Amino acid sequence: MEGDLEQLRDYFRSGKTKDASWRRTQLKGLQKFIVEREDDILHALKLDLGKHPVESYRDEVGTLTKDISVALDNLSNWMSGKKIKLPLGAFPTDAKLVPEPLGLVLIISTWNFPFGLSLEPLIGAIAAGNTAVLQPSQLAPASSALLADAIPAYLDNRAVKIVQGGVDVTQSLLQFKWDKIFFTGGSRVGRIIMAAAVEHLTPITLELGGKCPAIIDSLPESFRRQVMLKRIISAKFGTCSGQACIAVDYILVEKRYATTLVELLKGTIKEMFGENAKENVARIINKHHFDRLKGLLNEPCVKDSIIYGGSMDEDKLFIEPTILVDPPLDASIMKEEIFGPLLPVITLDNIADSIAFVNSRPKALTIYCFTMNDKFVQRLASETSSGALMFNDTIVQYAADTIPFGGVGESGFGRYHGKFSFDTFSHEKPVIKRPYFPDFWFRYPPWSNKKLELFRAAYAFNYLRILLVALGLKRPRPFSDRF
Amino acid sequence: MGTTRFGGEEAATMMAELRGTFSTGKTRSYEWRVAQLRSIVKMLDEREGEIVEALRSDLNKPEFESVVYEVAMLKSSCKGAIKELKQWMKPENVKTPILALPSSAEIVAEPLGVVLVISAWNYPILLSLDPVVGAIAAGNAVVLKPSEISRATSSLLAKYVEQYMDSSAVRIVEGAIPETSALLEQKWDKIFYTGNSKVARIVMTAAAKHLTPVALELGGKSPVIVDSDVNLKIAVRRIIAGKWGCNNGQACISPDYVITTKDFASNLIDTLKQELERFYGAEPLKSNDLSRIVNSNHFDRLMKLLNEDKVGGKVVYGGQFDKSQLKMAPTLLLDVPQDSLIMSEEIFGPLLPLVTVEQLHESFDIITRRPKPLAAYLFTNRKSLKDKFVRTVSAGGLLINDTAIHLAVQTLPFGGVEESGMGSYHGKFSFDAFSHKKAVLYRSFIGDAAVRYPPYTRTKMGLLQALMGGSILGILRALIAALFGSSGKPKTA
Repeated sequence: MEGDLEQLRDYFRSGKTKDASWRRTQLKGLQKFIVEREDDILHALKLDLGKHPVESYRDEVGTLTKDISVALDNLSNWMSGKKIKLPLGAFPTDAKLVPEPLGLVLIISTWNFPFGLSLEPLIGAIAAGNTAVLQPSQLAPASSALLADAIPAYLDNRAVKIVQGGVDVTQSLLQFKWDKIFFTGGSRVGRIIMAAAVEHLTPITLELGGKCPAIIDSLPESFRRQVMLKRIISAKFGTCSGQACIAVDYILVEKRYATTLVELLKGTIKEMFGENAKENVARIINKHHFDRLKGLLNEPCVKDSIIYGGSMDEDKLFIEPTILVDPPLDASIMKEEIFGPLLPVITLDNIADSIAFVNSRPKALTIYCFTMNDKFVQRLASETSSGALMFNDTIVQYAADTIPFGGVGESGFGRYHGKFSFDTFSHEKPVIKRPYFPDFWFRYPPWSNKKLELFRAAYAFNYLRILLVALGLKRPRPFSDRF
Repeated sequence: MGTTRFGGEEAATMMAELRGTFSTGKTRSYEWRVAQLRSIVKMLDEREGEIVEALRSDLNKPEFESVVYEVAMLKSSCKGAIKELKQWMKPENVKTPILALPSSAEIVAEPLGVVLVISAWNYPILLSLDPVVGAIAAGNAVVLKPSEISRATSSLLAKYVEQYMDSSAVRIVEGAIPETSALLEQKWDKIFYTGNSKVARIVMTAAAKHLTPVALELGGKSPVIVDSDVNLKIAVRRIIAGKWGCNNGQACISPDYVITTKDFASNLIDTLKQELERFYGAEPLKSNDLSRIVNSNHFDRLMKLLNEDKVGGKVVYGGQFDKSQLKMAPTLLLDVPQDSLIMSEEIFGPLLPLVTVEQLHESFDIITRRPKPLAAYLFTNRKSLKDKFVRTVSAGGLLINDTAIHLAVQTLPFGGVEESGMGSYHGKFSFDAFSHKKAVLYRSFIGDAAVRYPPYTRTKMGLLQALMGGSILGILRALIAALFGSSGKPKTA
């Protein structure tokens, strides 16, 4: 491993990865991988997670295709840096922010969107001109193997390495010095990553999760109602069976709407996934997570709150879309991120209470809200905090490359997608060029009242005063007495 | 804090109070933020004399430096923030991609919550309050822990900050390691640390427990490359202003060492001597325009650098010191060994080693072999050298033909990379450092694309492919396929 990393570092030092043409070639390589291996990708996702190909396309292949073209289209613009305006203090000076690659970066990915969450950060790392090591999750073995086997044929192996393996491999990777670590996963491991990053003061991005609520302020008329139901149900059961960091975790709704809402949700589930949901809903990743979810349902009082679904097929690791109404708030299902096809509906007396409800919990990656009430929109925007806040829809924030994707508080820090990915893997280096003239005498010791006065004026951007003092027409304020 | 010890219990109580204040929402209002910033300006105006005095007591800092680099710079930072704040707070509208149309999206800057600023002793006013300006401008509640090493300034801040500002949201905690440890046990929403990389690691370790984002403003050995084609007098003056004119070299962006060619070295040294004498006189220890060394620990550390066997004989100018007054003269050393202590650690004092090379291009190697510094300086008129410098040297900031002034430019981000730190601030960047950029999307119910939802079909797949590709033609083609005959079968089984 050490030798491999040294080679990656040497290659970075050679400056090759800084060339725009190199970056472009790599992005095109990635694009080619997606196009040529699409069937293999969809197949691997079917094997690892039982994901329906259309779902896989929508959530992984499609977004990657789009984001690679976004990167290719904008690369020269992103790389060109920004001119910076300077205040008077610095006089005739040319200043620019030059983005430069950080060096050798580590991307640790996860199993629920094994292609998207591996390659989205890689797009940013490559576009920014870094060398990179990617560790896909071994919990999605088919996807991990496909990445490890196929990627070398599409990308420059001297710059990008895929390392397969589990916790032990992650641990040994973390022993080395990186210029950035980009981690997607849970907050427990997030803490381990951050602690490991301390030794080399490595900057990190942590893409974590949390309990994303969907707040429903009322049941709109039938057209909007249908749209809302589809958007909620697909954001829970149609997105890797709820095993997604931005899946709807639970619903908040007023008591008076609860019964109707639950009936409507049931209907939508049937409509979308049919009688045999196994075909259209992904399965649980592994036995461990299956047991974890089973454990959530089997806690006292939680079981009694199930009003739809709840059946499980342990051999196939399948859990039926399940709705619960008002499970105890101190039960694990309302304490930890569910990450599976269980949907608690929590009822409130007044929907305005949802703000306090959300604020009393760790900050979520996204808060969803369905409302047509402008006042409520304003209150949520200013009184709650979350990675993103989404009104009247779900999940599409992931596909919008113009907005940053990332958490806050327990849901992580750092952000990516589109230009933000490029920035995440760049250091914006200020470069200032100065001429030798004019060179102002008042910058240098020995110090005097007059020099001090000129500085005061310069910092206050007071042109007139500078002129007056410089010409000796204005008396400078004296130094304090003891001087 | 006086005689009462600040421990875990006090830290927890304080945190609870500040969280209480933050949750009322009062720190979020534009009016509150501006009022607090104005209070800082007022404090600086009314207490300038006391500030200058405290800095003299802590560092014997010349009044000129105190007023220019601490008070005036900070005031300019506050005024800039007051002027720009409305603009900074405005949500940024962004375009949304075709799949999500019709919709609108904006990026809203929201405060992180309760933040901790741990500051340093070399610019104890500026480095304490400049981050606070950012924290306040972004609408946070903030605790500031000034450095205990600059004692007079620390107690001055403790005395006045809570008096001038809203003490329900802005607090000062004085103290050393035990107090800092008690603070670090709390869960903060951001920790902003200025200092050295050893303590930075302690701060980041504590932050990892709570997943707290950190900004680390550290230092490093900032090199200066001097070419032979320069206007030597001006170049030398600018080096002196950035080195000894900034707290006698005790600044994170101080030129740490100079690289020049063997042929040019004596010329450069002669001019340095000449200008140093012009600025600080023949007896620099008597000059009123030089700071002293902050304390005897640092004095001894610098003496150790100077007295190392292979270094001692390399002094070509200066070398005078007065331990009783902690004074040390500007000192030039020629060709010290690369493996000496003085070339291994950040000097942070009035010693300036000059390294000579045959060809100036070799200097890039010397710089890139070392950890990335906070700043790198180059004096030259050659375009090719400038270009190579920008391309090969990585540092927090690069400055060509001057030193240190980038610190004063509020439109540039100030911060390090790698060993010189992470995160940046100044001007709008300070506001950003203490804000969470929240994506807010507003979608309407119309324009709903059925393709997104199960049951999944082959047509939906085709449409998705076109939509994600963003090609209008592709979308049309897929729509036509959808209207005029689709098998309804998924592409793969």
